[in-house]
Amino acid sequence: MSEPLGAQTGDGRRMVLRDGALHDIAALRARHPGVFAADWRRRAFVVGGIVAALALAGYGFWRLEFSFARLGSGIWQIAHIVGLMFPPSPAGRLPLYLNALAETLAIALIGTLVAAVLAFPVGFLAAKNVIPNVFAHFAVRRVLDVVRGVDVLIWALIFINVVGLGPFAGILAIAASDFGSFGKLFSEAIETADKKPIDGVVSAGGSPLHALRFALIPQVIPVIASQVLYYFESNTRSATIIGIVGAGGIGLHLAEQIRVLEWNVVAFLVLMILVTVAVIDALSGRLRFAIIGRAPVVV
Amino acid sequence: MPASIVRLPPEQLARAQAAYAAAIAAKRARLALGAVCLLIAIALAGVAGEVDLGKFLANIDRFPNYIRGLVPSLSWANLPADVAEWFWNLDEWLKQLADTLLIAYLGTLLGALGAFVLCFSACANLEHRGVVRFVARRFLEFCRTVPEIVFALLFVVAFGLGAMPGVLALAIHSMGALGKLFAEVVENIDMRPVEGATATGADRVETIRFAVLPQVMSNFTSYALLRFEINVRTAAVMGFVGAGGIGQDLMVAIRKFYYTDVSAILVLIIATVVVIDLVTEQIRHRLIGMERKP
Repeated sequence: MSEPLGAQTGDGRRMVLRDGALHDIAALRARHPGVFAADWRRRAFVVGGIVAALALAGYGFWRLEFSFARLGSGIWQIAHIVGLMFPPSPAGRLPLYLNALAETLAIALIGTLVAAVLAFPVGFLAAKNVIPNVFAHFAVRRVLDVVRGVDVLIWALIFINVVGLGPFAGILAIAASDFGSFGKLFSEAIETADKKPIDGVVSAGGSPLHALRFALIPQVIPVIASQVLYYFESNTRSATIIGIVGAGGIGLHLAEQIRVLEWNVVAFLVLMILVTVAVIDALSGRLRFAIIGRAPVVV
Repeated sequence: MPASIVRLPPEQLARAQAAYAAAIAAKRARLALGAVCLLIAIALAGVAGEVDLGKFLANIDRFPNYIRGLVPSLSWANLPADVAEWFWNLDEWLKQLADTLLIAYLGTLLGALGAFVLCFSACANLEHRGVVRFVARRFLEFCRTVPEIVFALLFVVAFGLGAMPGVLALAIHSMGALGKLFAEVVENIDMRPVEGATATGADRVETIRFAVLPQVMSNFTSYALLRFEINVRTAAVMGFVGAGGIGQDLMVAIRKFYYTDVSAILVLIIATVVVIDLVTEQIRHRLIGMERKP
Protein backbone atom coordinates (compact mmCIF):
# COMPACT_ATOMS: atom_id res chain seq x y z
CA MET A 1 0.00 0.00 0.00
CA SER A 2 1.31 3.40 -0.91
CA GLU A 3 -0.48 5.61 1.66
CA PRO A 4 0.98 5.59 5.17
CA LEU A 5 -1.31 4.63 8.07
CA GLY A 6 -3.45 7.42 9.42
CA ALA A 7 -2.80 9.82 6.53
CA GLN A 8 -5.31 12.60 5.80
CA THR A 9 -7.53 12.09 2.79
CA GLY A 10 -8.93 14.78 0.55
CA ASP A 11 -12.21 15.20 2.45
CA GLY A 12 -10.42 15.56 5.79
CA ARG A 13 -11.26 12.11 7.29
CA ARG A 14 -8.48 10.21 8.98
CA MET A 15 -7.56 7.32 6.80
CA VAL A 16 -7.28 3.86 8.35
CA LEU A 17 -5.85 0.66 6.94
CA ARG A 18 -9.32 -0.44 5.81
CA ASP A 19 -9.95 2.68 3.75
CA GLY A 20 -6.53 2.37 2.19
CA ALA A 21 -7.21 -1.21 1.23
CA LEU A 22 -10.68 -0.38 -0.15
CA HIS A 23 -9.21 2.51 -2.12
CA ASP A 24 -6.69 0.21 -3.72
CA ILE A 25 -9.01 -2.77 -4.12
CA ALA A 26 -8.69 -3.18 -7.90
CA ALA A 27 -4.91 -3.28 -7.75
CA LEU A 28 -5.03 -5.69 -4.80
CA ARG A 29 -7.30 -8.02 -6.77
CA ALA A 30 -4.90 -7.90 -9.70
CA ARG A 31 -1.87 -8.60 -7.51
CA HIS A 32 -3.34 -11.45 -5.43
CA PRO A 33 -5.79 -13.35 -7.66
CA GLY A 34 -5.39 -16.49 -5.52
CA VAL A 35 -6.75 -14.85 -2.38
CA PHE A 36 -9.76 -13.28 -4.07
CA ALA A 37 -10.74 -16.19 -6.34
CA ALA A 38 -13.94 -17.81 -5.15
CA ASP A 39 -13.65 -21.51 -4.39
CA TRP A 40 -16.88 -22.46 -6.17
CA ARG A 41 -16.71 -26.13 -5.29
CA ARG A 42 -16.45 -25.40 -1.61
CA ARG A 43 -19.10 -22.71 -1.77
CA ALA A 44 -21.52 -25.03 -3.59
CA PHE A 45 -20.83 -27.71 -0.98
CA VAL A 46 -21.59 -25.35 1.91
CA VAL A 47 -24.67 -23.78 0.30
CA GLY A 48 -25.95 -27.20 -0.79
CA GLY A 49 -25.46 -28.53 2.73
CA ILE A 50 -27.38 -25.66 4.29
CA VAL A 51 -30.21 -25.96 1.75
CA ALA A 52 -30.47 -29.72 2.34
CA ALA A 53 -30.47 -29.25 6.14
CA LEU A 54 -33.21 -26.62 5.92
CA ALA A 55 -35.27 -28.68 3.49
CA LEU A 56 -35.11 -31.66 5.84
CA ALA A 57 -36.05 -29.39 8.74
CA GLY A 58 -39.02 -28.04 6.77
CA TYR A 59 -40.17 -31.56 5.97
CA GLY A 60 -39.77 -32.49 9.64
CA PHE A 61 -41.83 -29.51 10.82
CA TRP A 62 -44.55 -30.43 8.33
CA ARG A 63 -44.56 -34.13 9.16
CA LEU A 64 -44.49 -33.67 12.93
CA GLU A 65 -47.39 -31.20 12.65
CA PHE A 66 -45.75 -28.08 13.97
CA SER A 67 -47.97 -25.04 13.86
CA PHE A 68 -47.44 -21.45 14.89
CA ALA A 69 -50.87 -21.41 16.50
CA ARG A 70 -49.92 -24.29 18.80
CA LEU A 71 -46.51 -22.80 19.44
CA GLY A 72 -48.02 -19.44 20.36
CA SER A 73 -50.68 -20.84 22.68
CA GLY A 74 -48.11 -23.21 24.22
CA ILE A 75 -45.68 -20.41 24.98
CA TRP A 76 -48.53 -18.42 26.51
CA GLN A 77 -49.40 -21.49 28.59
CA ILE A 78 -45.77 -21.88 29.72
CA ALA A 79 -45.61 -18.24 30.82
CA HIS A 80 -48.77 -18.86 32.81
CA ILE A 81 -47.32 -22.05 34.35
CA VAL A 82 -44.04 -20.34 35.28
CA GLY A 83 -46.10 -17.64 36.97
CA LEU A 84 -47.89 -20.29 39.02
CA MET A 85 -44.56 -21.86 40.07
CA PHE A 86 -43.80 -18.98 42.43
CA PRO A 87 -43.38 -19.30 45.28
CA PRO A 88 -42.06 -22.91 45.21
CA SER A 89 -43.51 -24.81 48.12
CA PRO A 90 -43.57 -28.45 49.27
CA ALA A 91 -47.26 -28.11 50.29
CA GLY A 92 -46.57 -29.68 53.69
CA ARG A 93 -45.14 -32.91 52.28
CA LEU A 94 -41.46 -32.13 52.85
CA PRO A 95 -40.69 -35.35 54.85
CA LEU A 96 -42.21 -37.44 52.05
CA TYR A 97 -40.10 -35.69 49.43
CA LEU A 98 -36.91 -35.91 51.48
CA ASN A 99 -37.57 -39.62 51.84
CA ALA A 100 -38.01 -39.92 48.07
CA LEU A 101 -34.78 -38.02 47.54
CA ALA A 102 -32.95 -40.47 49.84
CA GLU A 103 -34.48 -43.28 47.80
CA THR A 104 -33.16 -41.65 44.61
CA LEU A 105 -29.63 -41.45 46.03
CA ALA A 106 -29.91 -45.06 47.21
CA ILE A 107 -30.93 -46.17 43.72
CA ALA A 108 -27.97 -44.33 42.19
CA LEU A 109 -25.44 -45.69 44.73
CA ILE A 110 -26.49 -49.34 44.75
CA GLY A 111 -27.15 -49.39 41.00
CA THR A 112 -23.70 -48.01 40.22
CA LEU A 113 -21.96 -50.37 42.65
CA VAL A 114 -23.79 -53.47 41.39
CA ALA A 115 -22.90 -52.51 37.82
CA ALA A 116 -19.25 -51.97 38.75
CA VAL A 117 -18.98 -55.30 40.60
CA LEU A 118 -20.58 -57.21 37.72
CA ALA A 119 -18.59 -55.38 35.04
CA PHE A 120 -15.19 -55.79 36.73
CA PRO A 121 -14.60 -59.41 35.63
CA VAL A 122 -16.23 -58.74 32.25
CA GLY A 123 -13.81 -55.86 31.69
CA PHE A 124 -10.94 -58.37 31.89
CA LEU A 125 -12.71 -60.71 29.47
CA ALA A 126 -13.13 -57.87 26.97
CA ALA A 127 -9.51 -56.66 27.22
CA LYS A 128 -7.20 -57.72 24.38
CA ASN A 129 -4.11 -58.00 26.58
CA VAL A 130 -5.76 -60.37 29.08
CA ILE A 131 -7.73 -62.64 26.73
CA PRO A 132 -5.86 -62.55 23.42
CA ASN A 133 -8.71 -64.32 21.62
CA VAL A 134 -10.23 -62.13 18.90
CA PHE A 135 -13.59 -63.90 18.90
CA ALA A 136 -14.12 -63.77 22.68
CA HIS A 137 -13.09 -60.12 22.70
CA PHE A 138 -15.39 -59.26 19.77
CA ALA A 139 -18.39 -61.15 21.19
CA VAL A 140 -18.12 -59.61 24.68
CA ARG A 141 -17.74 -56.12 23.21
CA ARG A 142 -20.84 -56.49 21.00
CA VAL A 143 -22.95 -57.76 23.90
CA LEU A 144 -21.82 -54.74 25.94
CA ASP A 145 -22.70 -52.43 23.01
CA VAL A 146 -26.24 -53.81 22.87
CA VAL A 147 -26.71 -53.44 26.65
CA ARG A 148 -25.40 -49.88 26.41
CA GLY A 149 -27.63 -49.07 23.44
CA VAL A 150 -30.82 -49.57 25.46
CA ASP A 151 -31.79 -46.42 27.35
CA VAL A 152 -32.07 -46.53 31.15
CA LEU A 153 -35.79 -45.66 30.96
CA ILE A 154 -36.40 -48.72 28.75
CA TRP A 155 -34.52 -50.89 31.25
CA ALA A 156 -36.66 -49.38 34.02
CA LEU A 157 -39.91 -50.29 32.22
CA ILE A 158 -38.66 -53.83 31.60
CA PHE A 159 -37.55 -54.36 35.20
CA ILE A 160 -40.87 -53.04 36.48
CA ASN A 161 -42.43 -55.97 34.64
CA VAL A 162 -39.94 -58.37 36.19
CA VAL A 163 -39.80 -57.20 39.83
CA GLY A 164 -42.80 -54.87 40.12
CA LEU A 165 -43.09 -51.12 40.73
CA GLY A 166 -40.69 -49.52 43.19
CA PRO A 167 -37.06 -48.54 43.77
CA PHE A 168 -35.72 -52.05 43.28
CA ALA A 169 -36.66 -51.92 39.58
CA GLY A 170 -34.79 -48.61 39.42
CA ILE A 171 -31.66 -50.13 40.97
CA LEU A 172 -31.70 -52.95 38.43
CA ALA A 173 -32.30 -50.51 35.54
CA ILE A 174 -29.31 -48.36 36.52
CA ALA A 175 -27.19 -51.46 37.09
CA ALA A 176 -28.12 -52.90 33.67
CA SER A 177 -27.48 -49.79 31.64
CA ASP A 178 -24.20 -49.00 33.44
CA PHE A 179 -23.01 -52.57 33.16
CA GLY A 180 -22.58 -52.00 29.41
CA SER A 181 -20.72 -48.71 29.86
CA PHE A 182 -18.50 -49.99 32.65
CA GLY A 183 -17.58 -53.17 30.77
CA LYS A 184 -16.31 -51.08 27.87
CA LEU A 185 -14.55 -48.46 30.01
CA PHE A 186 -12.90 -51.02 32.30
CA SER A 187 -11.62 -53.06 29.38
CA GLU A 188 -10.14 -49.92 27.83
CA ALA A 189 -8.49 -49.00 31.13
CA ILE A 190 -7.01 -52.50 31.32
CA GLU A 191 -5.79 -52.38 27.72
CA THR A 192 -3.94 -49.10 28.26
CA ALA A 193 -2.17 -50.39 31.39
CA ASP A 194 1.63 -50.45 31.33
CA LYS A 195 3.04 -53.89 30.46
CA LYS A 196 6.35 -53.52 32.33
CA PRO A 197 5.07 -54.29 35.86
CA ILE A 198 3.55 -57.51 34.46
CA ASP A 199 6.92 -58.48 32.96
CA GLY A 200 8.51 -57.73 36.32
CA VAL A 201 6.13 -60.00 38.26
CA VAL A 202 6.42 -62.79 35.69
CA SER A 203 10.25 -62.59 35.63
CA ALA A 204 10.29 -62.87 39.44
CA GLY A 205 8.45 -66.18 39.06
CA GLY A 206 4.86 -64.99 39.51
CA SER A 207 1.95 -66.87 37.97
CA PRO A 208 -0.48 -65.10 35.60
CA LEU A 209 -2.81 -64.69 38.57
CA HIS A 210 -0.01 -62.97 40.52
CA ALA A 211 0.60 -60.67 37.56
CA LEU A 212 -3.09 -59.79 37.55
CA ARG A 213 -3.19 -59.08 41.28
CA PHE A 214 0.13 -57.29 41.78
CA ALA A 215 0.84 -55.68 38.39
CA LEU A 216 -2.44 -55.05 36.56
CA ILE A 217 -5.00 -54.31 39.28
CA PRO A 218 -2.96 -51.65 41.14
CA GLN A 219 -2.68 -49.77 37.84
CA VAL A 220 -6.34 -49.88 36.88
CA ILE A 221 -8.03 -49.43 40.29
CA PRO A 222 -7.60 -45.62 40.49
CA VAL A 223 -8.88 -45.19 36.92
CA ILE A 224 -11.85 -47.47 37.59
CA ALA A 225 -12.63 -45.80 40.93
CA SER A 226 -12.76 -42.39 39.30
CA GLN A 227 -15.00 -43.71 36.53
CA VAL A 228 -17.37 -45.28 39.07
CA LEU A 229 -17.60 -41.98 40.95
CA TYR A 230 -18.24 -40.11 37.71
CA TYR A 231 -21.06 -42.48 36.85
CA PHE A 232 -22.48 -42.16 40.36
CA GLU A 233 -22.76 -38.42 39.66
CA SER A 234 -24.49 -38.92 36.35
CA ASN A 235 -26.72 -41.66 37.80
CA THR A 236 -28.00 -39.27 40.42
CA ARG A 237 -29.50 -37.41 37.46
CA SER A 238 -30.80 -40.61 35.82
CA ALA A 239 -32.28 -41.82 39.12
CA THR A 240 -34.37 -38.66 39.37
CA ILE A 241 -36.09 -39.42 36.07
CA ILE A 242 -36.65 -43.18 36.19
CA GLY A 243 -39.37 -42.54 38.77
CA ILE A 244 -41.41 -41.00 35.95
CA VAL A 245 -42.13 -44.50 34.61
CA GLY A 246 -42.71 -45.86 38.15
CA ALA A 247 -39.28 -47.10 39.23
CA GLY A 248 -39.09 -45.28 42.57
CA GLY A 249 -37.45 -42.11 43.74
CA ILE A 250 -38.37 -38.47 43.44
CA GLY A 251 -39.32 -38.66 39.74
CA LEU A 252 -42.53 -40.45 40.72
CA HIS A 253 -43.67 -37.42 42.75
CA LEU A 254 -42.49 -35.02 40.07
CA ALA A 255 -44.54 -36.73 37.34
CA GLU A 256 -47.54 -36.97 39.66
CA GLN A 257 -47.45 -33.29 40.62
CA ILE A 258 -47.12 -32.27 36.94
CA ARG A 259 -50.18 -34.40 36.14
CA VAL A 260 -52.27 -32.78 38.86
CA LEU A 261 -50.93 -29.33 37.86
CA GLU A 262 -49.55 -28.42 41.31
CA TRP A 263 -46.97 -26.09 39.80
CA ASN A 264 -45.46 -24.65 42.96
CA VAL A 265 -44.74 -28.18 44.22
CA VAL A 266 -43.22 -29.01 40.81
CA ALA A 267 -40.92 -25.99 41.10
CA PHE A 268 -39.92 -27.08 44.60
CA LEU A 269 -39.12 -30.62 43.45
CA VAL A 270 -37.07 -29.38 40.48
CA LEU A 271 -35.10 -27.09 42.79
CA MET A 272 -34.54 -29.98 45.21
CA ILE A 273 -33.19 -32.11 42.35
CA LEU A 274 -30.90 -29.35 41.07
CA VAL A 275 -29.46 -28.70 44.56
CA THR A 276 -28.92 -32.42 45.21
CA VAL A 277 -27.20 -32.92 41.86
CA ALA A 278 -24.94 -29.92 42.50
CA VAL A 279 -24.02 -31.18 46.00
CA ILE A 280 -23.29 -34.72 44.77
CA ASP A 281 -21.21 -33.32 41.87
CA ALA A 282 -19.12 -31.24 44.27
CA LEU A 283 -18.60 -34.08 46.78
CA SER A 284 -17.75 -36.72 44.24
CA GLY A 285 -15.57 -34.25 42.33
CA ARG A 286 -13.45 -33.74 45.46
CA LEU A 287 -13.22 -37.50 46.02
CA ARG A 288 -12.15 -37.99 42.40
CA PHE A 289 -9.44 -35.35 42.71
CA ALA A 290 -8.21 -37.12 45.85
CA ILE A 291 -7.94 -40.38 43.89
CA ILE A 292 -6.47 -39.34 40.52
CA GLY A 293 -5.62 -35.65 40.95
CA ARG A 294 -6.97 -33.03 38.59
CA ALA A 295 -6.71 -35.25 35.53
CA PRO A 296 -9.96 -35.51 33.54
CA VAL A 297 -11.86 -38.80 33.74
CA VAL A 298 -11.55 -40.95 30.63
CA VAL A 299 -15.15 -41.75 29.70
CA MET B 1 31.38 -64.18 37.20
CA PRO B 2 29.26 -65.53 40.01
CA ALA B 3 26.26 -63.42 40.89
CA SER B 4 26.33 -61.90 44.32
CA ILE B 5 23.44 -60.55 46.33
CA VAL B 6 24.13 -57.64 48.62
CA ARG B 7 22.92 -58.47 52.13
CA LEU B 8 22.11 -55.50 54.33
CA PRO B 9 23.31 -55.50 57.91
CA PRO B 10 20.59 -56.83 60.25
CA GLU B 11 19.85 -53.53 62.05
CA GLN B 12 19.46 -51.65 58.74
CA LEU B 13 17.25 -54.45 57.44
CA ALA B 14 15.08 -54.30 60.57
CA ARG B 15 14.70 -50.52 60.18
CA ALA B 16 13.72 -50.83 56.52
CA GLN B 17 11.22 -53.57 57.32
CA ALA B 18 9.68 -51.54 60.15
CA ALA B 19 9.28 -48.52 57.84
CA TYR B 20 7.71 -50.72 55.16
CA ALA B 21 5.33 -52.33 57.69
CA ALA B 22 4.30 -48.89 59.00
CA ALA B 23 3.64 -47.56 55.47
CA ILE B 24 1.59 -50.63 54.57
CA ALA B 25 -0.33 -50.47 57.87
CA ALA B 26 -1.23 -46.80 57.25
CA LYS B 27 -2.41 -47.63 53.74
CA ARG B 28 -4.45 -50.57 54.98
CA ALA B 29 -6.01 -48.48 57.76
CA ARG B 30 -7.06 -45.84 55.21
CA LEU B 31 -8.48 -48.52 52.94
CA ALA B 32 -10.37 -50.12 55.85
CA LEU B 33 -11.81 -46.74 56.84
CA GLY B 34 -12.98 -46.15 53.26
CA ALA B 35 -14.46 -49.65 53.11
CA VAL B 36 -16.37 -49.13 56.38
CA CYS B 37 -17.77 -45.80 55.12
CA LEU B 38 -18.82 -47.44 51.87
CA LEU B 39 -20.46 -50.37 53.72
CA ILE B 40 -22.40 -47.99 55.97
CA ALA B 41 -23.52 -46.04 52.89
CA ILE B 42 -24.60 -49.27 51.19
CA ALA B 43 -26.52 -50.41 54.28
CA LEU B 44 -28.32 -47.06 54.52
CA ALA B 45 -29.03 -47.10 50.79
CA GLY B 46 -30.32 -50.67 51.09
CA VAL B 47 -32.84 -49.55 53.70
CA ALA B 48 -33.86 -46.45 51.71
CA GLY B 49 -34.04 -48.38 48.43
CA GLU B 50 -36.20 -51.15 49.94
CA VAL B 51 -33.77 -53.86 48.87
CA ASP B 52 -35.11 -57.24 49.97
CA LEU B 53 -32.64 -59.96 49.05
CA GLY B 54 -34.97 -62.76 50.21
CA LYS B 55 -37.73 -61.62 47.91
CA PHE B 56 -35.20 -61.09 45.13
CA LEU B 57 -33.79 -64.62 45.42
CA ALA B 58 -37.27 -66.15 45.69
CA ASN B 59 -38.32 -64.50 42.41
CA ILE B 60 -35.02 -64.75 40.58
CA ASP B 61 -36.44 -67.26 38.09
CA ARG B 62 -38.54 -64.47 36.57
CA PHE B 63 -35.45 -63.05 34.82
CA PRO B 64 -34.76 -66.02 32.55
CA ASN B 65 -38.51 -66.40 32.01
CA TYR B 66 -38.81 -62.82 30.87
CA ILE B 67 -35.82 -63.13 28.54
CA ARG B 68 -37.20 -66.40 27.16
CA GLY B 69 -40.45 -64.57 26.48
CA LEU B 70 -38.60 -61.92 24.50
CA VAL B 71 -37.08 -64.46 22.10
CA PRO B 72 -39.44 -65.05 19.18
CA SER B 73 -40.12 -68.58 17.96
CA LEU B 74 -38.04 -68.86 14.82
CA SER B 75 -37.42 -72.07 12.90
CA TRP B 76 -34.96 -72.73 10.10
CA ALA B 77 -37.56 -74.38 7.89
CA ASN B 78 -39.91 -71.44 7.98
CA LEU B 79 -37.55 -68.55 8.67
CA PRO B 80 -38.91 -65.77 6.39
CA ALA B 81 -42.49 -66.28 7.55
CA ASP B 82 -41.41 -66.40 11.21
CA VAL B 83 -39.42 -63.19 10.88
CA ALA B 84 -42.35 -61.58 9.08
CA GLU B 85 -44.59 -62.60 11.96
CA TRP B 86 -42.11 -61.29 14.51
CA PHE B 87 -42.03 -57.89 12.74
CA TRP B 88 -45.75 -58.00 11.92
CA ASN B 89 -46.21 -54.27 12.42
CA LEU B 90 -43.02 -53.24 10.62
CA ASP B 91 -44.59 -50.49 8.45
CA GLU B 92 -46.05 -48.67 11.42
CA TRP B 93 -42.85 -49.10 13.47
CA LEU B 94 -40.66 -47.80 10.66
CA LYS B 95 -42.91 -44.75 10.39
CA GLN B 96 -42.57 -44.15 14.12
CA LEU B 97 -38.83 -44.69 13.87
CA ALA B 98 -38.62 -42.08 11.08
CA ASP B 99 -40.56 -39.70 13.32
CA THR B 100 -38.10 -40.43 16.13
CA LEU B 101 -35.16 -39.61 13.87
CA LEU B 102 -36.86 -36.38 12.76
CA ILE B 103 -37.49 -35.42 16.39
CA ALA B 104 -33.82 -36.00 17.17
CA TYR B 105 -32.76 -34.06 14.04
CA LEU B 106 -34.99 -31.05 14.69
CA GLY B 107 -34.11 -31.02 18.40
CA THR B 108 -30.40 -31.08 17.56
CA LEU B 109 -30.74 -28.44 14.82
CA LEU B 110 -32.74 -25.99 16.94
CA GLY B 111 -30.53 -26.64 19.96
CA ALA B 112 -27.36 -26.11 17.90
CA LEU B 113 -28.75 -22.85 16.47
CA GLY B 114 -29.58 -21.59 19.97
CA ALA B 115 -26.16 -22.67 21.24
CA PHE B 116 -24.49 -20.97 18.26
CA VAL B 117 -26.21 -17.68 19.04
CA LEU B 118 -25.47 -17.85 22.77
CA CYS B 119 -21.94 -19.31 22.81
CA PHE B 120 -20.26 -16.05 21.75
CA SER B 121 -21.81 -14.35 24.78
CA ALA B 122 -20.69 -17.12 27.14
CA CYS B 123 -16.96 -17.22 26.29
CA ALA B 124 -14.32 -15.17 28.06
CA ASN B 125 -12.29 -14.02 25.05
CA LEU B 126 -15.03 -12.48 22.90
CA GLU B 127 -17.44 -11.24 25.59
CA HIS B 128 -15.82 -8.74 27.91
CA ARG B 129 -18.98 -7.68 29.77
CA GLY B 130 -18.99 -9.88 32.87
CA VAL B 131 -22.73 -9.55 33.47
CA VAL B 132 -23.69 -10.79 30.00
CA ARG B 133 -21.27 -13.70 30.32
CA PHE B 134 -22.61 -14.65 33.76
CA VAL B 135 -26.24 -14.58 32.61
CA ALA B 136 -25.51 -16.56 29.43
CA ARG B 137 -23.54 -19.20 31.33
CA ARG B 138 -26.11 -19.66 34.10
CA PHE B 139 -28.90 -19.89 31.54
CA LEU B 140 -27.08 -22.60 29.57
CA GLU B 141 -26.31 -24.43 32.82
CA PHE B 142 -29.98 -24.45 33.81
CA CYS B 143 -30.97 -25.78 30.37
CA ARG B 144 -28.58 -28.72 30.57
CA THR B 145 -29.10 -29.61 34.24
CA VAL B 146 -32.87 -30.15 34.06
CA PRO B 147 -33.33 -33.57 32.39
CA GLU B 148 -34.95 -33.43 28.94
CA ILE B 149 -37.72 -35.79 30.02
CA VAL B 150 -38.79 -33.30 32.71
CA PHE B 151 -38.99 -30.55 30.06
CA ALA B 152 -40.95 -33.00 27.91
CA LEU B 153 -43.47 -33.67 30.71
CA LEU B 154 -43.95 -29.94 31.18
CA PHE B 155 -44.27 -29.22 27.46
CA VAL B 156 -46.78 -32.01 26.97
CA VAL B 157 -49.02 -30.15 29.39
CA ALA B 158 -48.42 -26.81 27.65
CA PHE B 159 -48.40 -27.84 23.95
CA GLY B 160 -50.51 -31.00 24.05
CA LEU B 161 -49.51 -34.56 23.12
CA GLY B 162 -47.38 -35.13 20.02
CA ALA B 163 -43.89 -34.67 18.64
CA MET B 164 -43.71 -30.91 19.21
CA PRO B 165 -43.05 -31.03 22.99
CA GLY B 166 -40.43 -33.73 22.37
CA VAL B 167 -38.58 -31.60 19.82
CA LEU B 168 -38.64 -28.53 22.07
CA ALA B 169 -37.48 -30.49 25.12
CA LEU B 170 -34.55 -31.96 23.16
CA ALA B 171 -33.77 -28.52 21.71
CA ILE B 172 -33.56 -26.83 25.11
CA HIS B 173 -31.39 -29.54 26.64
CA SER B 174 -29.14 -29.68 23.55
CA MET B 175 -28.80 -25.90 23.61
CA GLY B 176 -27.51 -26.06 27.18
CA ALA B 177 -25.08 -28.89 26.52
CA LEU B 178 -23.82 -27.63 23.15
CA GLY B 179 -23.64 -23.99 24.31
CA LYS B 180 -21.07 -24.96 26.92
CA LEU B 181 -19.01 -27.03 24.47
CA PHE B 182 -19.19 -24.35 21.73
CA ALA B 183 -18.07 -21.66 24.19
CA GLU B 184 -15.11 -23.82 25.20
CA VAL B 185 -14.14 -24.24 21.54
CA VAL B 186 -14.33 -20.48 20.98
CA GLU B 187 -12.21 -19.88 24.09
CA ASN B 188 -9.46 -22.04 22.60
CA ILE B 189 -9.16 -20.26 19.25
CA ASP B 190 -6.10 -18.41 17.99
CA MET B 191 -6.82 -14.74 18.76
CA ARG B 192 -4.54 -13.28 16.07
CA PRO B 193 -7.14 -13.45 13.25
CA VAL B 194 -9.61 -11.71 15.60
CA GLU B 195 -7.10 -8.94 16.26
CA GLY B 196 -6.40 -8.66 12.54
CA ALA B 197 -10.10 -8.34 11.70
CA THR B 198 -10.64 -5.79 14.47
CA ALA B 199 -7.68 -3.76 13.23
CA THR B 200 -9.27 -3.41 9.80
CA GLY B 201 -12.41 -1.99 11.39
CA ALA B 202 -14.62 -5.10 11.28
CA ASP B 203 -17.63 -5.05 13.60
CA ARG B 204 -18.64 -7.94 15.89
CA VAL B 205 -20.58 -9.92 13.29
CA GLU B 206 -17.86 -9.51 10.67
CA THR B 207 -15.17 -10.52 13.16
CA ILE B 208 -17.08 -13.68 14.05
CA ARG B 209 -17.77 -14.49 10.40
CA PHE B 210 -14.24 -14.03 9.05
CA ALA B 211 -11.95 -14.59 12.05
CA VAL B 212 -13.77 -17.02 14.37
CA LEU B 213 -16.02 -19.23 12.24
CA PRO B 214 -13.27 -20.65 9.98
CA GLN B 215 -11.49 -21.84 13.13
CA VAL B 216 -14.46 -23.36 14.96
CA MET B 217 -16.90 -24.62 12.33
CA SER B 218 -15.52 -28.16 12.06
CA ASN B 219 -15.52 -28.57 15.84
CA PHE B 220 -19.04 -27.17 16.13
CA THR B 221 -20.30 -29.62 13.52
CA SER B 222 -18.53 -32.50 15.19
CA TYR B 223 -20.09 -31.72 18.58
CA ALA B 224 -23.53 -31.25 17.00
CA LEU B 225 -23.24 -34.68 15.34
CA LEU B 226 -22.23 -36.24 18.67
CA ARG B 227 -25.27 -34.61 20.25
CA PHE B 228 -27.43 -36.00 17.44
CA GLU B 229 -26.30 -39.52 18.38
CA ILE B 230 -27.30 -38.90 22.00
CA ASN B 231 -30.59 -37.31 20.96
CA VAL B 232 -31.57 -40.32 18.83
CA ARG B 233 -31.36 -42.47 21.96
CA THR B 234 -33.33 -39.96 24.00
CA ALA B 235 -35.95 -39.37 21.30
CA ALA B 236 -36.66 -43.10 21.38
CA VAL B 237 -37.95 -42.76 24.98
CA MET B 238 -39.75 -39.42 24.57
CA GLY B 239 -42.90 -41.36 23.74
CA PHE B 240 -42.96 -42.68 27.34
CA VAL B 241 -44.38 -39.33 28.44
CA GLY B 242 -46.44 -38.76 25.28
CA ALA B 243 -43.91 -36.63 23.41
CA GLY B 244 -43.91 -38.53 20.11
CA GLY B 245 -41.78 -41.18 18.41
CA ILE B 246 -41.45 -44.93 18.79
CA GLY B 247 -41.37 -44.76 22.61
CA GLN B 248 -45.17 -44.79 22.71
CA ASP B 249 -45.41 -48.16 20.94
CA LEU B 250 -42.55 -49.55 23.00
CA MET B 251 -44.18 -48.53 26.27
CA VAL B 252 -47.52 -50.05 25.29
CA ALA B 253 -45.78 -53.30 24.26
CA ILE B 254 -43.84 -53.49 27.54
CA ARG B 255 -46.80 -52.59 29.77
CA LYS B 256 -49.12 -55.08 28.06
CA PHE B 257 -46.54 -57.90 28.02
CA TYR B 258 -46.46 -58.22 24.19
CA TYR B 259 -43.09 -59.94 24.57
CA THR B 260 -42.07 -60.41 20.94
CA ASP B 261 -43.20 -56.87 20.06
CA VAL B 262 -40.86 -55.58 22.75
CA SER B 263 -37.91 -57.45 21.30
CA ALA B 264 -38.80 -56.47 17.73
CA ILE B 265 -38.96 -52.75 18.59
CA LEU B 266 -35.77 -52.99 20.65
CA VAL B 267 -33.99 -54.65 17.71
CA LEU B 268 -35.13 -51.81 15.44
CA ILE B 269 -34.03 -49.13 17.90
CA ILE B 270 -30.63 -50.72 18.56
CA ALA B 271 -30.01 -51.22 14.82
CA THR B 272 -30.90 -47.58 14.14
CA VAL B 273 -28.65 -46.33 16.93
CA VAL B 274 -25.74 -48.46 15.68
CA VAL B 275 -26.15 -47.26 12.07
CA ILE B 276 -26.41 -43.60 13.15
CA ASP B 277 -23.33 -44.00 15.36
CA LEU B 278 -21.30 -45.49 12.50
CA VAL B 279 -22.37 -42.83 9.97
CA THR B 280 -21.74 -39.86 12.26
CA GLU B 281 -18.41 -41.33 13.34
CA GLN B 282 -17.33 -41.44 9.69
CA ILE B 283 -18.39 -37.83 9.13
CA ARG B 284 -16.69 -36.69 12.32
CA HIS B 285 -13.42 -38.36 11.39
CA ARG B 286 -13.54 -36.55 8.07
CA LEU B 287 -14.21 -33.23 9.78
CA ILE B 288 -11.26 -33.74 12.11
CA GLY B 289 -9.13 -34.54 9.04
CA MET B 290 -10.29 -31.28 7.43
CA GLU B 291 -9.28 -29.38 10.51
CA ARG B 292 -5.71 -30.69 10.45
CA LYS B 293 -5.14 -29.44 6.91
CA PRO B 294 -3.85 -25.86 6.88
